[in-house]
Amino acid sequence: MTELANSLLYLDGVTVSFDGFRALNNLSLVVGHGEMRAIIGPNGAGKTTMMDVITGKTRPDKGDVLFHGAHDLTRLDEAAIAELGIGRKFQRPTVFESHTVLDNIVLALEGPRGVFSSLFARLTGPQRDRIDEVLDTIRLGERRNELAGSLSHGQKQWLEIGMLLAQDPALLLVDEPAAGMTDAETAETAVLLRRIAETHSVVVVEHDMTFVRDLGVRVTVLHEGSVLAEGSLDQVSADERVIEVYLGR
Amino acid sequence: MPLGPMFLGLGRTGVVFLAALAVAAVAVPVLNLAVPPQSAWHVPTTTVVLFGKYLCYALLALSIDLVWGYCGILSLGHGAFFALGGYAIGMHLMREIGSRGVYGNPELPDFMVFLNWKELPWYWYGFDHLWFAVLMVLLVPGLLAFVFGAFAFRSRVTGVYLSIITQAMTFALMLAFFRNDMGFGGNNGLTDFKDVLGIDLQKDSTRAGLFALSALALGAGFLVCRAIVSSKLGKVLVAVRDAESRTRFIGYRVEHYKLFVFTVSAMMAGVAGALYVPQVGIINPSEFAPANSIEAVIWVAVGGRGTLVGAALGAVVVNIGKSWFTGALPELWLFALGGLFVFVTLFLPKGLLGVLRPRAAKPAPALDDEPAVRVSEQRAAE
Amino acid sequence: MSFWTNARRAVLAVSVLLALQAAALADVNTIRARVEALATADFAAKEAIVSELAAMGDATAVPALRAFGDGDLQLRKSDGKVVIAVRDGKLYRASDPITGEDLGEVDRKLLDKIRVNNNLRRAVRAAIGSLTLLSKDPGVRRQAAESVLKSRDPGAIDTLDEAIAAETVPAIRRLLEQAKAAAVLQTDRPEAEKLAAVRVIAERGDQEAKDILAAVAASAEGDVKTAAAKAIALIEQTLAMWAAVQNVWYGLSLGSVLLLAAIGLAITFGVMGVINMAHGEMVMIGAYVTFMVQELIRTSAPWLFDVSLVIALPLAFLTAGAVGVAIERGIIRWLYGRPLETLLATWGLSLILQQAVRSLFGPTNREVGAPSWMSGAFDLGGLTLTYGRVWIIVFAIAVFALLVVVLKRTAFGLQMRAVTQNRRMASSMGIRTTWVDALTFGLGSGVAGVAGVALSQIDNVSPNLGQSYIIDSFMVVVFGGVGNLWGTLVGALTLGVVNKFLEPYAGAVLGKILVLVFIILFIQKRPRGMFALKGRAVES
Repeated sequence: MTELANSLLYLDGVTVSFDGFRALNNLSLVVGHGEMRAIIGPNGAGKTTMMDVITGKTRPDKGDVLFHGAHDLTRLDEAAIAELGIGRKFQRPTVFESHTVLDNIVLALEGPRGVFSSLFARLTGPQRDRIDEVLDTIRLGERRNELAGSLSHGQKQWLEIGMLLAQDPALLLVDEPAAGMTDAETAETAVLLRRIAETHSVVVVEHDMTFVRDLGVRVTVLHEGSVLAEGSLDQVSADERVIEVYLGR
Repeated sequence: MPLGPMFLGLGRTGVVFLAALAVAAVAVPVLNLAVPPQSAWHVPTTTVVLFGKYLCYALLALSIDLVWGYCGILSLGHGAFFALGGYAIGMHLMREIGSRGVYGNPELPDFMVFLNWKELPWYWYGFDHLWFAVLMVLLVPGLLAFVFGAFAFRSRVTGVYLSIITQAMTFALMLAFFRNDMGFGGNNGLTDFKDVLGIDLQKDSTRAGLFALSALALGAGFLVCRAIVSSKLGKVLVAVRDAESRTRFIGYRVEHYKLFVFTVSAMMAGVAGALYVPQVGIINPSEFAPANSIEAVIWVAVGGRGTLVGAALGAVVVNIGKSWFTGALPELWLFALGGLFVFVTLFLPKGLLGVLRPRAAKPAPALDDEPAVRVSEQRAAE
Repeated sequence: MSFWTNARRAVLAVSVLLALQAAALADVNTIRARVEALATADFAAKEAIVSELAAMGDATAVPALRAFGDGDLQLRKSDGKVVIAVRDGKLYRASDPITGEDLGEVDRKLLDKIRVNNNLRRAVRAAIGSLTLLSKDPGVRRQAAESVLKSRDPGAIDTLDEAIAAETVPAIRRLLEQAKAAAVLQTDRPEAEKLAAVRVIAERGDQEAKDILAAVAASAEGDVKTAAAKAIALIEQTLAMWAAVQNVWYGLSLGSVLLLAAIGLAITFGVMGVINMAHGEMVMIGAYVTFMVQELIRTSAPWLFDVSLVIALPLAFLTAGAVGVAIERGIIRWLYGRPLETLLATWGLSLILQQAVRSLFGPTNREVGAPSWMSGAFDLGGLTLTYGRVWIIVFAIAVFALLVVVLKRTAFGLQMRAVTQNRRMASSMGIRTTWVDALTFGLGSGVAGVAGVALSQIDNVSPNLGQSYIIDSFMVVVFGGVGNLWGTLVGALTLGVVNKFLEPYAGAVLGKILVLVFIILFIQKRPRGMFALKGRAVES
């Protein structure tokens, strides 16, 4: 019970199946306030489905998903969950390509999301400052008026992280942020994420072990839809079953 | 775009467009009424009526561009909203006929007398008053769009599925309005209008006035659309068009946005229909035909979707072509129209405006619903 | 089968058939002589002649007798010939009393009516009854029994008893018994006999029986009245049941038409995800191929007419299929991944194809004939089934089954599924994906062409033929579930049956509107149709 009370995100016994295939099988996971957690696992382990469940895209067949120990996420839609303070970054960067970098950030910026408040919205001074701050953090200040579609792959990844920052959620779900990046970019991304984790809770799904090592956080290994092992990276990489899963049987 | 403090932030094209409309709204009636018929400057009434019609089509195209070009909702049923607006004003014009109908019945329109109806159906009440009819021009299409959209968008019916059910909607309405029992004149629709506010509809000055009114409505419609798409709401719409799921994940209730823009668009289409009917003098169920709605979509595609001005331009250009073809080479018109569909989708994806102003061309925005995102998310899932 | 055919022929041309019988031929002259004699005889002699004719037992005399009883037997003054003369406007139309041959119009003044009294009329009725009810020809007996059932004439009861005793064909005996029961119910015979009669009528169980019993229920009293009322209730149930079955049949028939129209779409839209708005025009092309085949046969090989549809099938498949491949290669392949553009381009294409056909064949409907094996109808219980509809249902199911086999059991089907599921993987395994795309689209279009052959039998072959099916086809595919052939089958049949069940209550147009509204609402509930595939791949 204390676990539930202290948790930011609490998953218990979550099961999702598609046509008999169990994408998630009795998955339980707890992420605390201010914690950064890395999730690793082979293909088909259920990492993305787990993200889908947390963000309301997929409804679980059974199990509890609680946010702040109080909000039942299985009953809410994507928009409501986002407004509660859960942000998500996709594996392939999805930014709004026909908008400028600036507009991408403006759209993500924390604030009312209603139709009519959008119709009459004007940027305030503090909001402008916040936008500048975010653009500086993701180093796209120079390109603020360019279309997002014209950015390089790595810049799109950063822009998406920038959008998350602007959204300022309590919990960030980040799916393979280093995918397709150069080594230098990967290292910088790790730094950026660590900085973000100082003020937010973060869940990172990643394949890249070097990157996970750079993050230096507690690791959860998923396999066939449930938790196989949990602990520091060194602990889990010493685990027999994890080795078996990763190196093949 | 470094346009500077261009007139209300409309952009150069917008300003040119509005100026052209203003000139037309004044010049055409003047050249029709004040210049003697033998002068080379005289604009014949038939031309006034024809172009008045085109302006209504342009407003319809504008409304389609608002939902399709900016929000990715390809409605194949906007003709229904257009026709409903037309019927609303047509009902008022029928009431205005009064006892001057063939049967001379002061209480009932001719077709009701013909059907042996004894009293006016309740849904005809109020249409004696122009203000009520005008209200209905906005309300009826708006309400239909609101209810239809509320269902469809909440259930996340998107892409071609949405297109197909909007087509089914207008088809069902067409069948319904063909029925005599509906009380809208069945097959023949509403026609034989005499006057509005006591002014004869056949008079040149009335027709010129309706032309000016249509130009005014088109201008107003353009400003409304412009205000919407340049606000933050407009940015959300484009975000929905390009990456619907992503927009949800940053907290926007996509269905509310779609519903808003769909309803506004339907009301605009209704106004277009309401201005169209007094100019052509008839409204009948064939206006609901799915083919009409799809034809209107191609106007937008020809002009350039997501440009507003292009949509209006496309409607006028295609319809000038249609008038010429159906007069000169009637059997070739469908070949030309069909060819236009194919040509524009294959070779002119950005439309005429995209060709005329290449600098405004944006880097390949995925203008479809959201297949690009879907595919990527699907891949991400694997 | 032969019994029914005989019966029907007899009904249509009693005299012709009898004239062909050698035995009867010998009697014709005698009968004519007797009939001629009526003109000069007094009432007593007339009665003798009537019973004489009855005793001959030859139904050839029936038309003359009936005319005599009705006062239509008249003497033509000009030549002293006895004719049947029926008033026709100002003049009388005369015909031969034995052969029925038309003898032209005659002025009333040139005719002398052969008089008849009530006594004679009764004798004539009895004579007709015995001539027909006791006829050697089972068809005549059957018809006679049916006419007594209609007239419910108590005077025929004695003859009926005689006929029942002599009858050897069970079906006719049953009919005779029912005729007698109907007559008995008109008399004041004992209650027990009437109750038995009610039971006999009730067994019939059709509208006729219901009418007879309704008359009884209205006039009779006591047990007979309640028995009749009960029997009526029972008959109504049976009738309602048959009406429902008939509705299901109509629904299946409509459903099979929808299935035919939609099944090609289930491949192009359902499997490939291509929105082909010109699908209806593929159907139209198939119908026009049928028209051309029949036209060719009519002018150069009329004996082939009965197999014209069989010849048209492969030609329609190839023609529409070729057009389909051309469309895919020329337009659609440039638009993969852009469904809304595909929709618009193919719509434009449909306009072009319609106008092309209109220019080539004219805007009016073209006549496509039905081969003999598709015309006519037969009864099954309380149903009337037309051969045309039966064949279309059979054909729709056959096309469906064939497609399932092609998709599930052939190498091409396997490649097709591979490409639609994972294009890159399929391509890397050596499948020529572009060809598979073209052929799949060709297959879908070809099937639409084949549907056109069938639909040419029940719809107008005009340039607009395809237009009327396109929305329905999409509704079926979307309702059934995209990417699922079985869904299309169930979807088509369900929509067909629902439509036909709504029609009696709402009318055809409103019924259709309700179905459309229903589907629009249904898509909100299940955006992926009835039998949607589930899984991650279709989640978003």
